Amino acid sequence: MSDKTNIILNINGRDHAISVESRRTLADAIREECGQTGTHIGCEHGVCGACTVLVNGEPVRSCLMFAQQAAGKPIRTVEGLAKGDEMHPMQRAFMENHGLQCGFCTPGFLMLAVGVLEREPEISDENLIDVLSSNLCRCTGYQNIIKAVRAAAIEMRQS
Amino acid sequence: MTAHTKGSGTTWVGRSIRRVEDPALVTGQGRFTADLPAVHWVRFVRSSVAAGAIQSINAPDGAGIVTATDLKALKPIRPMLSKFNYVAVGQPILADGVVRFTGEAIAAVYAPGKDQAEDLADQVEVEISETTALIDSMDALADGAPLVHDEAKGNVIVEGRIKTPGFDDVWTTAHKVLRVDGRSRRQNATPMEARAGHAAYDASTGRVTLTCTTQMPHLTRTAVCDIIGMPESDLRVIAPDVGGGFGQKMSLAPEYVLLVWLARKLRSSVAWTEDRRENLIASFHSRDQHVELEGAFDANGRLLALSADIVANVGAYSCFPTTCGVEPLMALAELPGPYDVRAYHCLSRGVLTHTCPMAPYRGVSRPVITFVLERLMDKAAAAFGIEPTEIRRRNLIDKFPYTSATGLVFDDGSYKETMEMAVSAIDLPAFRKRQQTARDKGRYLGIGFATFSERTGYGSPAFAARGMAISPGFETVHLTIDPSGFVEARIGASPHGQGLRTSLAQIIADEIGIDPEFIKVVHGDTDRSPYGWGTFASRSLVLSGGASLLAAQKIRAKLVKMASHMLEAAPEDITLKSGSAHVVGTDRSITIASMARAAYHQAHIFKGEIEPGMTEIGSYDPSGTFSNACHVAIVEVDIDTGRVEVEKFLVAEDAGLIINPMIADGQVHGGVAQGIGNALLEEIIYDETGNILSSTLADFLPPTAREIPEIEMHHIETLTGNSITKAKGLGEGGAIGAPAAVISAINDALSSFGVSIDEMPATPQRIRAALRSSGKLT
Ligand code: FES
Ligand code: FES
Repeated sequence: MSDKTNIILNINGRDHAISVESRRTLADAIREECGQTGTHIGCEHGVCGACTVLVNGEPVRSCLMFAQQAAGKPIRTVEGLAKGDEMHPMQRAFMENHGLQCGFCTPGFLMLAVGVLEREPEISDENLIDVLSSNLCRCTGYQNIIKAVRAAAIEMRQS
Repeated sequence: MTAHTKGSGTTWVGRSIRRVEDPALVTGQGRFTADLPAVHWVRFVRSSVAAGAIQSINAPDGAGIVTATDLKALKPIRPMLSKFNYVAVGQPILADGVVRFTGEAIAAVYAPGKDQAEDLADQVEVEISETTALIDSMDALADGAPLVHDEAKGNVIVEGRIKTPGFDDVWTTAHKVLRVDGRSRRQNATPMEARAGHAAYDASTGRVTLTCTTQMPHLTRTAVCDIIGMPESDLRVIAPDVGGGFGQKMSLAPEYVLLVWLARKLRSSVAWTEDRRENLIASFHSRDQHVELEGAFDANGRLLALSADIVANVGAYSCFPTTCGVEPLMALAELPGPYDVRAYHCLSRGVLTHTCPMAPYRGVSRPVITFVLERLMDKAAAAFGIEPTEIRRRNLIDKFPYTSATGLVFDDGSYKETMEMAVSAIDLPAFRKRQQTARDKGRYLGIGFATFSERTGYGSPAFAARGMAISPGFETVHLTIDPSGFVEARIGASPHGQGLRTSLAQIIADEIGIDPEFIKVVHGDTDRSPYGWGTFASRSLVLSGGASLLAAQKIRAKLVKMASHMLEAAPEDITLKSGSAHVVGTDRSITIASMARAAYHQAHIFKGEIEPGMTEIGSYDPSGTFSNACHVAIVEVDIDTGRVEVEKFLVAEDAGLIINPMIADGQVHGGVAQGIGNALLEEIIYDETGNILSSTLADFLPPTAREIPEIEMHHIETLTGNSITKAKGLGEGGAIGAPAAVISAINDALSSFGVSIDEMPATPQRIRAALRSSGKLT
């Protein structure tokens, strides 16, 4: 299993030239080869969504994708959400609405919500809850996460 | 000089200020244990059977492997109780000759990468000759059952009994005796971050730094050092950002001992990240209890006496530090809950089985006893033909302080008031009408009430009463103003998502007249924080908050003395606000920052009358307080599928003075969500041989945003004398009341079928089975 391939992962606009086995998941490659540990791993079997990142603008579970499948495609992680010191409206909304407690699930929720709202800015409340139900949070009881995403949606539409 | 003010003018306590914890966490700058690089990665080889004798362990040539043979010098984990017929069984760090549960670690392998370690673990061959596995506690109690540990006869490891004087006489006078056979299935706390540890040896000092997902860093250090036999000063334990604990990360993971031992042996760094399957099968479980409860009532529905037989399936070993007595003994002491009942008889036992060890999980026992007791109240309401709220009204405690039948002293609370608040907020009569209309159309709505008390913020006397060799309790805070005028509070508690840094800063800010943003709270590092017990049992805000207040009062006194000296005014005339000391009625003032500088760099001006430096210590070890609440659930049950939808959830609660309402509500929301999961979804399922059938998050089902409704919150703030900050704890309450409220609501919805669901989780299968047994399904 030690045959490695050289690939380039473009994370938040920056190229990372890495060498990975074909079985290496995108989640592990982002965290370990590229040192971007903001993306978290909660289950490694595609249920919790903690590892959600955007690949080609779409939210994906990086534990279910091989690093090689993402080679050359634009990847966005939580580290790339803020512009310099200025936070993304979604990040601000999570802080203002207490949408996080331990913060472990938070990067996954942020990327999921940003990905969905960029694709579908007018998403209905009903569908939004459906989408958010694809990630797990054990601390917040979700209500404040939903509130935060709704608040951010309004702001994202306006800007 | 920094100006420490925004001129707020009001108190910081009571305001929903934003959490200082958040910016790092939303930008991906949080630092969790699994983020650390290591030289060696460890993977555990775990037992695939529940019970048996290890015949052989074979690893591929050249593999780095550790087995029990290498660990002969290590002591087993053997937590102690000196009461309740407790049998101190020991857990070896790696299985030594025998395995006692599926998932028990048998060997540890290490390799330079995570993947290689996994490959290697897969190649280790373990031969075990299987023996009879005891999975259910009732089987373990049966005559002639094999023994999980030879020392614990009849497989009973802990046994408590209470019978109040005159109990039998009261019992015989009863008008009606009602009974509940309650069962709570086994569950797992399931923090989103599973457990992880990283131990790094420092060649220059010979010390090891263990970074791990613990709720109690200091006690982890004590335990690991005791087991390995090393001085505590050679080990530093760091709890960095921790992704939720809920009790599971309070108990010592044997894996951490192995990591420290191995780091010393290899003189290097070693890391282990638990995967979700390991977490579900081999981290700690909880809740598994049978409760047979009988209540004797007089003709007016007044509860005269309670009689209970509690059997907790505690698994194969006893967790450190609380011991596996935590569930059965909490149940023994707290079963009567918020009800005024003088006669009580209870036998509560912890029973060993070949299953994963049990440990505290948010609420500890009270989610189960509350659910059973509230079922009893609902059955009584039905038997007396009154509303569930009316039976509670007749029995709730309303005079304080109240000494319970088990000797607990309840401080001021609002048991009746929170229920009345909930009843009027929910508009019970309107609901009953809506329920009837729905029923006429074949839709089954139900409402459930749960009233409960949550014992919080107790210090060492409460644990000592259980006879614990280690009695957790006090908290200490070291509060320092540094020469730049910034404040640092080093605390022994170790939060993992509760926003404690923010809340403590609010308490300190008010006391010393400074904005919270100039206060840093430091925790989770045994090199930097004073000895403390950590964060569990809804205690941090009460204990660490109290210690913070005491330390801040001392700093305040010192600042006043200094200001009086520097401003040449009488101490009574000095006030501290907005970052400065002011002389009342004048415009003379001096900033706290300049006083701090003087304390360090101009000590001579105080002529030896004021101690140099600016550090004060506060310690707090209270007897404890009780929060209380009434939870209300409205559900709809689909009788064709057994699916339950929680339509509405309401909480009326009293946690004393609320320091930060946003954080307080968030704690309750999270607890309620876990409680709804406990009531409806979450179950660790063993087959009869001890194989676990729920080892992924597709089988063990924490609720999602779809299952949790909006939670309506109401507060009463009873200011107790038992907490110097007036804050009562609230971390667990959400999880304590919600299961009972949801199960009650389901039973209310199904009342016309004459069935009683007395088992958690109330899965669709269980509900359908009950409905079928009623014979009333068309
Ligand atoms: S870690 Fe990828 S979905 Fe859980
Ligand atoms: S904030 Fe802890 S898991 Fe979501």
